Amino acid sequence: MIVPIGHVLACSAALFAIGLTCAVIRRQIIMILIGVEIMLNAAALAFVGGSAFWQQVDGQVFVVFLMAITAAEVAVALAMVVYLHQRKRTMIADEFNRMSG
Amino acid sequence: MASIMFYLLSLILLTATLLCIFQRNPVHAVLYLVLGFFSLAIMFYLLGAPLVAAWEVIVYAGAIMVLFLFIIMMLGLAPQDRPEGPGWQRWLPFVILMAAVLACTLVIIALDPAATAQGEPYSLGPQDFGEALFGKYALAVQVVSFQLLFAAVGAYNLGRIQRGKGKP
Repeated sequence: MIVPIGHVLACSAALFAIGLTCAVIRRQIIMILIGVEIMLNAAALAFVGGSAFWQQVDGQVFVVFLMAITAAEVAVALAMVVYLHQRKRTMIADEFNRMSG
Repeated sequence: MASIMFYLLSLILLTATLLCIFQRNPVHAVLYLVLGFFSLAIMFYLLGAPLVAAWEVIVYAGAIMVLFLFIIMMLGLAPQDRPEGPGWQRWLPFVILMAAVLACTLVIIALDPAATAQGEPYSLGPQDFGEALFGKYALAVQVVSFQLLFAAVGAYNLGRIQRGKGKP
C-alpha cells in the first residue's frame, strides 16, 4: 500500500467523527442529512482502504452498494423533508415533536 | 510521491468537511462537501480504485449533492441576509482548497499521463470489478436494485400526500 492501513483508518475515523458531530449539533434537518452523508463516506473510505490492504475486490464492490443505498436513502429522506416543510413551514428538527394518529 | 499526495488530500478533505459543518448557509455547506468529495475521489484513485473514484464524482458529487442543492433552493432554506465583511473573506477558503485539489490532480496527471503505475501497485480495472460485481455478488445487485425501486415508490407516495388531507 502507499500508506499504512492505520493512517487510512485514522482519516476515516476523523471523517466519521466530524459527520457525527454535524448530525448531533446541527438543528436543521438538511444539515443532519449532510452529517449522515459524511459518515457514509467515511465508511466508504474504510472499505476502499481495506480493499487495498487485502488486495481483494470485495471492498470496492461494497462501496458501490453503499452508494446505491445512499441514493435510496437520500431520495426518501428528501421527499420527507419536502413533506415536513409543507406541514410546518420550518426546517428545525425540534419543531417536529408531536404525533397525531 | 503518492503517499505525500494522499496525506495532503486527506488534510484537504478534513478541512473542507470541518468548514462544511459549521456553515450557516446550507448551500455553502453543500458546496464545501462537494469539494471534500472531489478530494476523497482522488484518494480512492490513489488507493487503487479508479472506478469507485469515478462513481464518487458522478454519483455522489454529481447526483446526490445536486439533489440536496435542488431541495434547498426549492424550499428557500438559504438565508437571504448578506453577512458583513468583504466578499473575498467568504470565498477565499473555498478557492484555496479547490486550487489545492486541482493542483493535486494536475500533478498526478503530469507524473503519469497513461495512468499505468501511479498510486497503488494493486489497481483494479473495470473488467475485474465487473466480474466480481455481476458474478460473485449478482444476488446482492438484484437486492439493491429492488431497494432502489422501493425507495422510488416510497418517495412518490410521500410526494402524493396532499396538505390538509392527511392520508393519501
